[in-house]
Amino acid sequence: MSKAVSALAGAKASGLVAIEERGLQGMITLRGDFASAAFKKAVKAVLGVDVPGQRAVAVQGEKAVAWMSPDELLVMVPHGEADAIVDALSEALKAEHHLAVNVSDARAVFRLSGMDALVREVIAKVAPVDMAGFGPGQIRRTRISQVAGAFWQPEAGVLDLVCFRSVAQYVFDLLKVSAMDGSEVGHLG
Amino acid sequence: MLTLTCPYCGVSGEETEFHAGGEAHLKRFISGSTDAEFDEYMFLRENPKGVHFERWRHVYGCGKWFHAARDTNTLEVFGTYSAQVSEPPKEIKDKISAKRPGWSWRNFK
Amino acid sequence: MSTRLSSGGRLVNRAKQVSFTFNGKRMTGFEGDTVASALLANDQMLVGRSFKYHRPRGIVASGVEEPNALVNLGQGARMEPNQRVTTTELFDGLTATSQNHWPSLEFDIGAVNTYLSRFLPAGFYYKMFMYPRAFWKHVYEPFIRQSAGLGKAPDAETLDADLYEHFHAYVDVLVVGGGVAGLQAALSAGRAGARVMLIEQTAHWGGRAPVDGGTIDGVASAAWVEQAVAELSGMENVKMRLRCMGAGVYDHGYVLGYERVNDHKPGAKGVRHRLWRIRAKRIVSAGGAIERPLSFAGNDLPGVMLASAVRDYIVDYGVSPGDRVVVVTNNDDAYRTALAVKAAGLQVPVILDARPNGGGALAEAAKKAGIRVENGKGIAKVKGGKRVTGVAICLQAGEGSVIEEIACDAVAMSGGWSPVVHLWSHCGGKLLWDAERAMFRPDGAKPPTDQDGEGFVVCAGNANGAMTLDAVMADAALQGAGAAAELGFKGAAAGAKGETEAEAPMAAVWMMPQGANIKLRMKSWLDYQNDVKVSDVQLAAREGYESVEHAKRYTTLGMATDQGKLSNINGLAILSDALNQPIPQTGTTTFRPPYTPISMGAIGGAARAEVFQPIRRTCLYDWHEAQNAYWEPVGQWRRPYCYPKAGESHHDAVTREINQTRNSLGLLDASTLGKLIVKGPDAGKFLDLMYTNMMSNLAVGKCRYGLMCNENGFLSDDGVVARMDEDTWLCHTTTGGADRIHAHMEEWLQTEWWDLKVYVANVTEQWAQFAVVGPNGRKVLEKLGGMDVSKETLPFMQWAEGTLGGVKARAFRISFSGELSYEIAVPASEGRAFWDMLLKAGEEFGATPYGTEALHVLRAEKGFIMIGDETDGTVIPQDLGLDWAISKKKTDYIGKRGQERIHMVRPDRWKLVGLETLDGSVIPDGAYAVDEGKNANGQRNTQGRVTSTYYSPTLGRGIAMGIVRDGPKRMGEVIEFPKTDGTSVKARIVDPVFYDKEGAKQNV
Repeated sequence: MSKAVSALAGAKASGLVAIEERGLQGMITLRGDFASAAFKKAVKAVLGVDVPGQRAVAVQGEKAVAWMSPDELLVMVPHGEADAIVDALSEALKAEHHLAVNVSDARAVFRLSGMDALVREVIAKVAPVDMAGFGPGQIRRTRISQVAGAFWQPEAGVLDLVCFRSVAQYVFDLLKVSAMDGSEVGHLG
Repeated sequence: MLTLTCPYCGVSGEETEFHAGGEAHLKRFISGSTDAEFDEYMFLRENPKGVHFERWRHVYGCGKWFHAARDTNTLEVFGTYSAQVSEPPKEIKDKISAKRPGWSWRNFK
Repeated sequence: MSTRLSSGGRLVNRAKQVSFTFNGKRMTGFEGDTVASALLANDQMLVGRSFKYHRPRGIVASGVEEPNALVNLGQGARMEPNQRVTTTELFDGLTATSQNHWPSLEFDIGAVNTYLSRFLPAGFYYKMFMYPRAFWKHVYEPFIRQSAGLGKAPDAETLDADLYEHFHAYVDVLVVGGGVAGLQAALSAGRAGARVMLIEQTAHWGGRAPVDGGTIDGVASAAWVEQAVAELSGMENVKMRLRCMGAGVYDHGYVLGYERVNDHKPGAKGVRHRLWRIRAKRIVSAGGAIERPLSFAGNDLPGVMLASAVRDYIVDYGVSPGDRVVVVTNNDDAYRTALAVKAAGLQVPVILDARPNGGGALAEAAKKAGIRVENGKGIAKVKGGKRVTGVAICLQAGEGSVIEEIACDAVAMSGGWSPVVHLWSHCGGKLLWDAERAMFRPDGAKPPTDQDGEGFVVCAGNANGAMTLDAVMADAALQGAGAAAELGFKGAAAGAKGETEAEAPMAAVWMMPQGANIKLRMKSWLDYQNDVKVSDVQLAAREGYESVEHAKRYTTLGMATDQGKLSNINGLAILSDALNQPIPQTGTTTFRPPYTPISMGAIGGAARAEVFQPIRRTCLYDWHEAQNAYWEPVGQWRRPYCYPKAGESHHDAVTREINQTRNSLGLLDASTLGKLIVKGPDAGKFLDLMYTNMMSNLAVGKCRYGLMCNENGFLSDDGVVARMDEDTWLCHTTTGGADRIHAHMEEWLQTEWWDLKVYVANVTEQWAQFAVVGPNGRKVLEKLGGMDVSKETLPFMQWAEGTLGGVKARAFRISFSGELSYEIAVPASEGRAFWDMLLKAGEEFGATPYGTEALHVLRAEKGFIMIGDETDGTVIPQDLGLDWAISKKKTDYIGKRGQERIHMVRPDRWKLVGLETLDGSVIPDGAYAVDEGKNANGQRNTQGRVTSTYYSPTLGRGIAMGIVRDGPKRMGEVIEFPKTDGTSVKARIVDPVFYDKEGAKQNV
């Protein structure tokens, strides 16, 4: 649907690092029993990856699966495919107690990119997380200043952060302030 | 400000990631119970100086509720454990016994 | 005269001159100066007036302990009061003004208080200003506010020009204090491999050691400091930070660090202050020690300084506080000052050593340098007005008979040293009284403990009571390595070797002379900033303030911005003496963070302006804004209250929106409504426990209004539940309830009914939701096309899924207004596009967006309750006539047992009714209905109150809902609501449904 727009329509800013709202991103909340063989099979079959371990992110091409809690995954797919993948997951898990629901439009995703140490320092200003011990392959759900959020690093020097759509402007402004020129801390890296 | 470890996602996080949920291991009383039973369930709490069992939720993290065994005086955390139990597991009780011999809390010791 | 010496000053760059102003007077200093050293270099000894007596005061110290020299710093958007000149680095263009005087620093009328001082003793305010009572507000308080107080607060309307931020850091070992002890501790922990962070509050590494002399590993202290800094800088696991103070230690290794990033270069890019939120597994507190003043008469005159400060100004800044400096001491360390003064080519007329047998090696060195030393002597009083002109000497053992007077222009005093135990004590570390050295030091056996029950703070060097360079270095290596070793990092416990002169024992001197008469005691200051004298503390003791905490508050000793860094130990020694008890029995007052004041800006961090707090926005936020919406905050959401057109009042806008909705077509952005998906084989069973009514038997495709209570039985939320399929329900909550009810469901699922197979997901923000309301509601949807919204296919209280105008949509036939109404949910990403289509298609019907106020009035006309208006946490559904929504069949739901309690079933509970004023006016919000008689407090008895009250455009009169004692049985009765203006309004009790009782308009 061409009329669909993300929360901030791809807003950009730059400072210590580049900040960009990533536009429309398909997202699915998938809840179920990770120990169940049928659940593992369904995830592998529909998404092409194994159920990730605790606080891990598994990436497969345009799709990614992140561990959100012991019974919840965040599935990332192209925006236009989300409904179809929800249907496919529901079909594959028909016999299992599960919940698959499209939450694409309930979220906003930001990408920070630049020098790896600076990317992590910007986050260390807003989240109570040891960013020296954080890196690619992990996801961390936490507090982003005054709102809930989660982030992961697809690779060094890049960090994706997801928050609720209604607070997208707040998070964008917060990241912008935290990345303002001249505010490098020099603590990480 | 406390540091707590969520037993569900393994994160050791600062208190601001969590939400305190009051006393643990309450037995719920429903319609048909006596006023005294309901009063105890709804209103009466231990308020100890020392060993205490509490409920917490990792509200900014994985969203899960869990239990914490804590000393309200020294703020020592003896351990955190599953929310889906009606009494503290043995290893938590043993750990408390090692550090606070002779402790008791409600019917637990 | 204080002046700049022709040479010396290891911290200043004489090649770079810097200009600044003090009270408008242009002065110059050097790069590397503090404002204090620069003022002294310009012979500005007088820097402020004291708090109570307006006595002239000068610089006493050279660091954070300075009590007197506070100034207003900067101008306009950068003006800040109460800045200590001793810790403010000088920069070009700095402007400072002195405070607490009128009309001028040199001539202050308030100084008359000093002559009245015998009438202004401790507790004077408490005693004097009690009666008559009315005088407090109009006479006493304005007078005190005029004459007391420190700097002026910045203008409330001027926004701070600077920015601030927080930073979260996690380390194994945090070392606070960058003197030689801190450097050695960091080296030991760092070499062992621990993640170390080392912070220092000043702009320089090395602390006092380079000034005090001695050698470390055979080289001068300053040279060793350079080596140590170089080695630490090369370690990847060690982070170092200057201008960063350890402000406070809190539970579980939480430390606040206060970094003054740009104070010395205002206007530079980036933040001014950074608040470090550090989690450290171990903390090494190496904050050094603070020298104590001596309590002799006139010890507050400008020119009387700490001996260490005199030495600092000479050695660090090349500034002489005076040509003739009398040194008075009870310990050996002050002899270093005498030697430094002499070495700078200035005179020391005499060293007065209160100890009968005098000092050790340093004393010998002083004598060898030709300085007169008098043992067993002290100062009877200091002579001078706005600055020192001389001292009168007496026997320390006597009452103060003057033996000799000596002319001088500065006095360097030393009463011994107090370890900085603040960080150790913040979180509960206990102290020991070391009688031999007259100081409190950390009791290593009783540290503050962390989440594992382990001690997490150690002190090192001076802060640990190791007072000589050799002891400092040995202790620091031990503590640094020990902290790392406790975390599993093994390293050498030995460090650099310090060597310095051996010192003779000090002797405690709490009063000078020890038998000082009352006249002298009334001029012997303990707390300079709050003007507390020896006589005040003694008076407090006589009047029964025996606890040190009480005496502190009664006298205000230690309550100033310096928090008693100079005065606490001296004060409690005086108190102990007055109470005739040993010092440890008196104890210290509580050490509380922050160590020195930190800026409000740093505490707030980035949270200002647009990121002060999150504002939640729906996908129509920009559109609402463009329509000139008047915003109403609903939790963190912003919702339009109404959309006033040019020249239209809010009241008129609301009336127009309501009329248009009732007559044709109104549109509402209802996206903020909570939407929870509840799915699973046990979902029906679970919802039956959550709601007071049945949800398990709701047919697929149908909707049902439901109520949720808390376990106490009180109504907490309401909303329409729709059954999506066999095992899936969609629960709508109130706007404020989405997160709360989601958490409520998760709580019960996870902690009570974990055997139920149910998953819940909060999809509130996935969907934009719009209410399409009014007689033309159906027509506009039919124009969009795509799904059948006819009465037959989609009757009242059903829902359907399909497309509308090409957008995937869910249509719910529910009504909160009493009109024909649909709530249409579309994906949030297409919400704005769909809304535009609705507006366009609705043009011919005069489609009118309406806000929350119209929503409220529309529902009140229909007698629908609103959570938060009709409920306040003490109201059960039965009070609101909602018995029809409470299942009688169920054995359990949350709140059922609570509702069975005796008070909940009393027949005389206040219950919901409608209220119609006799004169058609609107009853004030929150008004109470009075009853006969008065209560025990003499107030009118009450029998009910208004819960919602509005002007109804539909009925052309004021309408209200309220809860009234046994109200439903009293239809037609008239009750009275007093107003705040003394009049009252009468209203008739009526049915709460004011409009379309049969529901004919919504059911079409």
